[in-house]
Amino acid sequence: MTGAGVVLLTTFLASSVEAIEMVIIVLGVGAARGWRSALIGAAAGFAVLAVTIAVLNVALAAVPIGPLRVVVGALLLLFGLQWYRKGIARVAARGLAGMSEETVEDEDIPASGMDWVAFVLSFKGVLLEGLEIALIVVSFGLAAGQLGLSVVGAAAAVVVIGAAGFALKGFVTRIPRSLLQLIVGTLLTSFGTFWSLEGLGVSWPQSDLDIVLLLVVYGLTAATYIVLERRRIHHTALKAA
Amino acid sequence: MRLVASGVVGVARFLYFFVVGDDWTVALAILLALAVTGVLVGEHISAWWLVPFVAILMTGVSLGRSARKRGL
Repeated sequence: MTGAGVVLLTTFLASSVEAIEMVIIVLGVGAARGWRSALIGAAAGFAVLAVTIAVLNVALAAVPIGPLRVVVGALLLLFGLQWYRKGIARVAARGLAGMSEETVEDEDIPASGMDWVAFVLSFKGVLLEGLEIALIVVSFGLAAGQLGLSVVGAAAAVVVIGAAGFALKGFVTRIPRSLLQLIVGTLLTSFGTFWSLEGLGVSWPQSDLDIVLLLVVYGLTAATYIVLERRRIHHTALKAA
Repeated sequence: MRLVASGVVGVARFLYFFVVGDDWTVALAILLALAVTGVLVGEHISAWWLVPFVAILMTGVSLGRSARKRGL
């Protein structure tokens, strides 16, 4: 493979990792809280990102990404834990409740107008991951003297992963509501944990792969708490009988 | 003036809901865990496990408290 091919492939693969995280957040938030606000939030994130890139250009390398990771990660973690907890309690109490229970369960989602929670979650996900992709482009591109190819590789990654996410939209929407809340809560908690700690300077042994480890740990914990909650509910029902 | 005040209250309410939610003890514990992790990292001590541990522990504590409130 030529030097240009290596730059193209490297930026494509490195940007794909960040784009997957970006698409997972927008997809999860859209399916759980509504597509309109989630997509407007994502579009706003891209708009701010485009302006930032246009203004800073190659000076992007000087952006303090660490503090940004701490703030965005901590906010995602704090909000994600709320959904994680509610998801555990709802799956334990009602099992896999379907979409028909949406109006009963999601009293915090506005019936009309903008859902600012969905907007902010998507906006932050797109902005942070987009900035990371921009940093990859600048660092790889400048180091290899192939900034143009680096931009093409990253743009291709965002388009391919975005299209894959769009194709999965129908499938995600069919996931039962209570389970979806638990899944999105687990995802936000895992990403929030990873980003906030990375921003604080923690070095993860397997780099981005440790997000998968966090997902497994939080997922198994949720399963354990669901079993414990169900036992509590069962014992109370037996006592009442 | 009243419009500005209601806007400020709305933003504050949104931020409180977003960050703290229905259990302030979880939010406080996570913020403390992040702060302690920051200090430990500064001392070159590996502390990646602290925040996940506190998150898992506080989720259990919060679920237990919520169950007791519901008489479970």
